[in-house]
Amino acid sequence: MKRTSILLGAAAAMAMSPLAAWADGHLARGGSGHLNIIYWQAPSTLNPYLSGGTKEVESASLVLESLGRFDDTGTLVPWLAADIPTVENGGVSEDLTQIIWTLQEGITWSDGTPLTAADAVFTWEYCTHPEGGCAQASYFDGVESIVAVDDLTIEITFNAPTPFPYTALVGAESPIIQAAQFADCLGARAPECTEANFGPIGTGPFVVTEFRPNDVIEFAANDSYRVPDQPHFATVTFKGGGDATAAARSVLETGEFDYAWNLQIDPTILSQMEAQGNGTVVTAFGTSVERLHLNQTNPDPALGDLRSTVEGGPHPFLTDPIVGQAMSMAIDRALIVEIGYGAGGQPTCNVLPAPEAYASTANDGCLVQDIAGANALLDEAGHVDTDGDGIREYNGVPMTVLYQTSTNAVRQDTQALVKQWWEEIGIGSELRNIDASVFFGGDPASPDTFQKFYADVEMYTNNFAGVDPQAYMANWRCSDIPGPDTQWQGANIQRFCAEEYDALVDEMAQTADLAERGRLAMAMNDMIMQSYSIIPLVHRGGVSAHANTLGGVRMSDWDTELWNIAEWHRIP
Amino acid sequence: MLTFTIRRLILAIPTLLFISFIIFLIVKLSPSDPTAGLPLTIPPEVREQIRESLGVNDPVFVQYFKWLKLMMWDEPLHLIWVEDGWLYRFEDYLYAREICPHPPHLTQLERTDLFPDGDYNSCIFDEYGPRIISYQTRSPVMELILQRMPQTLWVVGTSYIVGILIALPLGIISAYRQYSWFDQLGTFVSMIGFSVPTFFTGVLFIVIFAVNLGWFPSVYDTTLEVTDWETFKQQFRQMIMPVMVLGLFNASQISRYMRASMLDNLNQDYVRTARAKGLSESVVVLVHVLRNSMIPVVTVIALNVPAVFGGAIITEQVFKVNGIGQLLIIAIQAGDVPVVQTVSFIFAVLIVLFNLLADILYGVLDPRIRYD
Repeated sequence: MKRTSILLGAAAAMAMSPLAAWADGHLARGGSGHLNIIYWQAPSTLNPYLSGGTKEVESASLVLESLGRFDDTGTLVPWLAADIPTVENGGVSEDLTQIIWTLQEGITWSDGTPLTAADAVFTWEYCTHPEGGCAQASYFDGVESIVAVDDLTIEITFNAPTPFPYTALVGAESPIIQAAQFADCLGARAPECTEANFGPIGTGPFVVTEFRPNDVIEFAANDSYRVPDQPHFATVTFKGGGDATAAARSVLETGEFDYAWNLQIDPTILSQMEAQGNGTVVTAFGTSVERLHLNQTNPDPALGDLRSTVEGGPHPFLTDPIVGQAMSMAIDRALIVEIGYGAGGQPTCNVLPAPEAYASTANDGCLVQDIAGANALLDEAGHVDTDGDGIREYNGVPMTVLYQTSTNAVRQDTQALVKQWWEEIGIGSELRNIDASVFFGGDPASPDTFQKFYADVEMYTNNFAGVDPQAYMANWRCSDIPGPDTQWQGANIQRFCAEEYDALVDEMAQTADLAERGRLAMAMNDMIMQSYSIIPLVHRGGVSAHANTLGGVRMSDWDTELWNIAEWHRIP
Repeated sequence: MLTFTIRRLILAIPTLLFISFIIFLIVKLSPSDPTAGLPLTIPPEVREQIRESLGVNDPVFVQYFKWLKLMMWDEPLHLIWVEDGWLYRFEDYLYAREICPHPPHLTQLERTDLFPDGDYNSCIFDEYGPRIISYQTRSPVMELILQRMPQTLWVVGTSYIVGILIALPLGIISAYRQYSWFDQLGTFVSMIGFSVPTFFTGVLFIVIFAVNLGWFPSVYDTTLEVTDWETFKQQFRQMIMPVMVLGLFNASQISRYMRASMLDNLNQDYVRTARAKGLSESVVVLVHVLRNSMIPVVTVIALNVPAVFGGAIITEQVFKVNGIGQLLIIAIQAGDVPVVQTVSFIFAVLIVLFNLLADILYGVLDPRIRYD
């Protein structure tokens, strides 16, 4: 009873607060005054095409916008475009090779000039220039041409049928930039345009008034923004620097800031801070999964240059699904979440946990830890401890793994827990952690990168941007296995290879029907899961916090967290 | 003295070249990658293109000599422009000569107001010669350094002065009243200041004074311009915590030198002579002993001045001051070689210069020392 009344009260307060705000002008343009945002990693530039980091993409999204964006439910909503083109409404051609976008009428850049289809064409030329080093080039993959049919009509042609055509110029990562401002900044000249990169002219709710790289950005409301009463805030300070704990403290404890991003800190500390009553922690789940990759090739140092390559031969025991299954059963995912992730994580048994339409339920058995079952499984298969050292032997090879990940407190906690559970099922492990900038740095000369995978097991998080898993699932094709011939590039990190899987990838690339795509994606997910070459651990969400006086926040992990900042307002 | 100075300056050139090369090798050979911090959703071939466009894949020696040329030749040209015997900042010069249509350092809003047609892009000063470009921001490194100088000098410089102001009297009194309760207390405080790391004292200060008492802000506002009494008070409040954290550390160090040096001199024969002549205690201590004791202390103070420009990596991070120290650490984490290289090289220059200065000061303070 009491809980119901609290909920009702909260709902009533939610419903009332915009009205109250309306009454004293908080919902007029600029009526809410000043907004303080802290991102503990400071943005280096406001041109997302030159950086690609989340901090740059999110800060630039206050200024730069794209044709369509994903809302907090992962639904694609028209933004600069009048509507979302589909095959049904004729916006996407029957053969799936063309999409025609129509811009809303009357949109202007913040300098007063009109937004036209030519700006979209220019954006494509800018990002695909061979010397530019555009960080978002993959958004334009497969695009043969972008043509301005008239001032408001943009025609994008793909060089092959593209069942999911909402990549180029959609989402916060590929916004439209102003042709007039960046005209002289193509290719190798891109970095010369410091002023444009630090102060892009946009169509968004805010304009840049001052930019200090890796420090602070000041924004002011865009007077020519298309929605009459928005943005509700007149000015925004976007501060960077410090660390996640300090950022959380400045919102939840001292109240100096209204919004703090990416608070991956000890869940106990975060909930203690939240208990002070100044602010609220919000989470949103996208597609990030913390997972273990089980090397399917042999990382034995004795193989020299052939270690961890297909030529070096299969792993002595990790290619056997029974072994991977036992290792997965031994893990208590709920405990890992409780200790390391709190509200920012959920146990998962899928490498593709979202969106809803693509999430399989076939593997959910892994959610319950079963050490006895794992032991029985290995005993049954005959992989027992023959020499009495507590470690099982697999055809004479002791089952000991080198388990590596990046240096990060939560990951080292997880490593220690997993090591202990694996010991209980007779699998030994040696732990190793590598500085993140080396581990994730693609230096082909370094032996410690995650691509080289000179270990048996490695752990990290990966995800995909947007809502369509096609490119992501294609990561595990045989042809994407990293090796010396490709400078160790390639996304098939665990070196999984199955012809049936490749066939499903090809089938998905030809399928437009959403339900059918969902079925294919789930089938691929299940195939990887049942090979136990990947053991998913935690579905990770974004964790942020906002002050209780800040209204309108709709946290999302499908686009930038600040996607609806124009609607944010002060609750008096 | 002059010949000595000139000889030392000439000797500094090969030293600095050697230092710059070693720094470059250390930075380049360390396994860091400017694209490592990007989300994994960015595919490897795009990363390769980014690295290519940054010039990371050029041979190491080519990269070094490119940097050296930019550092020694192009960058000085951007900072100063000599014409008719006058020195200009290059951008001011361009504006004064009407080559550049707008005065330098306008905010974007001011520029949009002045040039509604978007004409302001016609003055990209990079057109007037190449510059050292940061990998992260794709903007000139020198501009980044100039932008960060004010807050670093304000915070770290003030803390150094505060440290000296605390340390000198503390050291003098501690030595004069050796083993008194004041000396014991001073020793205790300076041992704490010296041995407790600033990331601990900094966070402790924040928890006490920002979270619990709410006296001072925990986040430093670098955009604050001191224009009136109100903004001065704000600046004062936001500086107190970082200045005290660093000041405590500096004071502990210098006060120990001061005390030791005073103790050495207090037992000398000339002190007894001065007292025997009937000079007052204050004259004996503050004129005779202090002057002689200052010789090594001044050297220590001078040698530490470059550290002021270097910022304070940890304290700046803790209080979000975002000065040179934060610039350097972020650049190291991001594999931003041009920034790391340039900032470290500037430190090297400062250290060499202040070493020379300390040697010269030594000669000025101590008439027995002559270099010629």
